[in-house]
Amino acid sequence: MNNLIVLPLIIPIMVGIILVFLRPYVKLQRAISLITMIGITGVSVFVLNRVQTDGIIRLDFAGWQPPFGILFVADSFAMLLVLTASIVTAICLIYAFSSIGDKHEKMYFYPFVLFLVAGVNGSFLTGDLFNLFVCFEVMLLASYVLITLGGTKPQLRESIKYVVINVLASWFFLVALAYLYGTVGTLNMAHISERVAEEGQGPLLTTISILFLIVFSLKAGLLLFFWLPGSYSVPPTAVAALFGALLTKVGIYALFRTFTLIFYHDPLISQTLIGIMAGITLIVGCIGAIAFKDVRLIVSYNVVIAVGFILIGLAVGTETSIAGSIYYIIHDMIAKAMLFLLAGTMIYLTGKSKIDEMSGLIRNYPLFGWMFFLVTCSLAGIPPLSGFVGKILVGQGAIESGSYILLGLAFISSIVVLYSLLRIFLNTIFGETIISLEDEKPMKMGMIIPIVLFGIATISLGLGAEFISGYVADAAHTLSNPSVYIDAVMGGDK
Amino acid sequence: METLIIMLIGILVAVATYLILSRNIIRIILGTAVFSHAVHLLILTMGGLKQGNVPLLKEADAPYADALPQALILTAIVISFAVTAFILVLAYRTYQDVGTEDLDELRGPKNE
Repeated sequence: MNNLIVLPLIIPIMVGIILVFLRPYVKLQRAISLITMIGITGVSVFVLNRVQTDGIIRLDFAGWQPPFGILFVADSFAMLLVLTASIVTAICLIYAFSSIGDKHEKMYFYPFVLFLVAGVNGSFLTGDLFNLFVCFEVMLLASYVLITLGGTKPQLRESIKYVVINVLASWFFLVALAYLYGTVGTLNMAHISERVAEEGQGPLLTTISILFLIVFSLKAGLLLFFWLPGSYSVPPTAVAALFGALLTKVGIYALFRTFTLIFYHDPLISQTLIGIMAGITLIVGCIGAIAFKDVRLIVSYNVVIAVGFILIGLAVGTETSIAGSIYYIIHDMIAKAMLFLLAGTMIYLTGKSKIDEMSGLIRNYPLFGWMFFLVTCSLAGIPPLSGFVGKILVGQGAIESGSYILLGLAFISSIVVLYSLLRIFLNTIFGETIISLEDEKPMKMGMIIPIVLFGIATISLGLGAEFISGYVADAAHTLSNPSVYIDAVMGGDK
Repeated sequence: METLIIMLIGILVAVATYLILSRNIIRIILGTAVFSHAVHLLILTMGGLKQGNVPLLKEADAPYADALPQALILTAIVISFAVTAFILVLAYRTYQDVGTEDLDELRGPKNE
C-alpha cells in the first residue's frame, strides 16, 4: 500500500510521455491530462486520510532501508500541498482549454504541465535532500519550457533572466549539498537532522544553513524576488496562474522543511534572519503592489507579499503560527491562481493591461466583477473566506511569542493587499462603462467556469476550516516536533 | 590532493564569477557552465579523494571509496548538460527575435 505515495510523481511523468506521442489529437490530450489531475487528487485525498490513521507513510525505493536509499515520505504537510497543487492544476487546465490556443496545445503544452506537476509533487514528497534537488530541476526545466512557449519578445526577454537566475540558484544548491555531505556524511533529511542534533549546530553547519536559506529564498521569492514580477507577468494566463500558485510554494515548502527539521538549533538564523527577510519582503512587496499600474505586475507583487506573510509564520516558529502558515499556503495557492486567472481574463476582454485604460467592466460582465471582489476579500483575510483562518493563527502565534513588529507588518500588509486590489477593482470594474454592448467581447464559458470553481474553493475552504483543521494541526505538530518525522523515517520497518 | 583540487575549484569559481558578471549573454551561459564544473569537483572532493578501494564487496579489500558522490555527480552532470543546452537555444532564439545579446538592452521598455 505504501507504493501509493509515489503515484503523484509517477503518473504525471508516464502520462506526460504518452501525451508527447498524441501530439495532433488535442481533444484527447485535454481529456487525458484533466483525468490525470483528477486521479492524482483522488490518490492524494486517500493518502492524506491514511496518514491520519496510520501516521507518516514512507516508501523506500528498491527496499534500501533509510538512511542508505532514496525514499519518499508522506506526512500531512506534504500531502496537503500535493492535494492543493493537484486541484489548482486541474482547474488551471480547464482554463487553458479555452484560452491557451492551438499553437501551444500542439507544442506539447499539456505534457510539460504534467512534468511540472511531477516535479512539484516530487519536491513535496521526497525525504532525501539530493532527490529534492533533482525534483526541483524537473520542475524548473518544465517551467523554463512553459515560460518560453509562444516565443513573444517580452517572454524571451524575461525568461532568459528567469532561467539564468534559477540555473545559478541550482548550482548553489549543489554547493550547499556538497558541503553538507562533507560535514554530516548523509543526505537523508531525517538522518541529517539526527546527525546535526548530535554534533550541535556549529559555525560550519550554520554557514551551510545560510547557503540553503539563500538558495530556497531565491526559489521562494523571499527577499531575493527581483526576478519574480517580470517573469510571472509575461507567460500566458493559465501558465502564469500555475507559476503563481505552485512554484514559489515549493521554495516555501523547502524552507519550512529544512528550518524546522534540520537547522532548528540556532534561532538567530531560523527565526531572526528569516524574520528580517520576511519583513523586508513584505515592505518591498507592498511598495511594488501600490507603485504599478499594470494589472499583471500588481498581481505578481501580491505573490511576493504572500511569501513574506507565510514566512512570518516560520520566523515566529510556534506551533500555532506554523499551523497558520500551512492554512495560508493552501489558501494562497487557490486565491493566487484565481487572481492570476482574473487578471489574465481582464486583459483578454479589454485588450489592455493598465488599470486606467479599463473601466466599468461590471456592467458588461457582472459575474466576473463579483468574482474579483470575492478574491479581493479573500486575500485581504475577510471572514468567512479562506484567508481569514491563516491570518488569525499567524497573528495569534506572533502574539504568543511576542514578535510584535512582525505582527504589525503582517497585518499592515493585509491592508495594502486590500488597497492594491481595490484599486484595480474600483478603476476597472466599477466606474464609467466604456465598452459598449456591441463592442464587448463575449465571455467564454471556459474562462468563467474555472474562476467560479476557484471562488467556490476559497469560500468552502473558509467555511470548512473546521473540516481540514485536523489535517493542518497534524501537519503543524509534525513540523514543530522533528522527532515525529525522524522516528517515522528511521524507526525501522512498518 | 584535496588542497590542490580545492584551489582548482577556487580558480574555476573565480573564472565563473567573472564571466557571469559580464553583460554578454553568451559569457554568462559559459560562466554558469564553468560554475557547474566547479560544483561537480567540489562534490567529488567532499567525498574524499583516493581513500580506499573500489566499492565492490568480495572483489576488493576494505576500506572502500565512497561511491555516493560519484552517483551524485553523474546526476548533476546530466542535469547541467540539459540545462546548458536549453539555455543556449533560448539565448539564440532571443538573439534572433530581440536582436541583442547585451543584458542592458534586454531590460525592456523603461516605463513598463
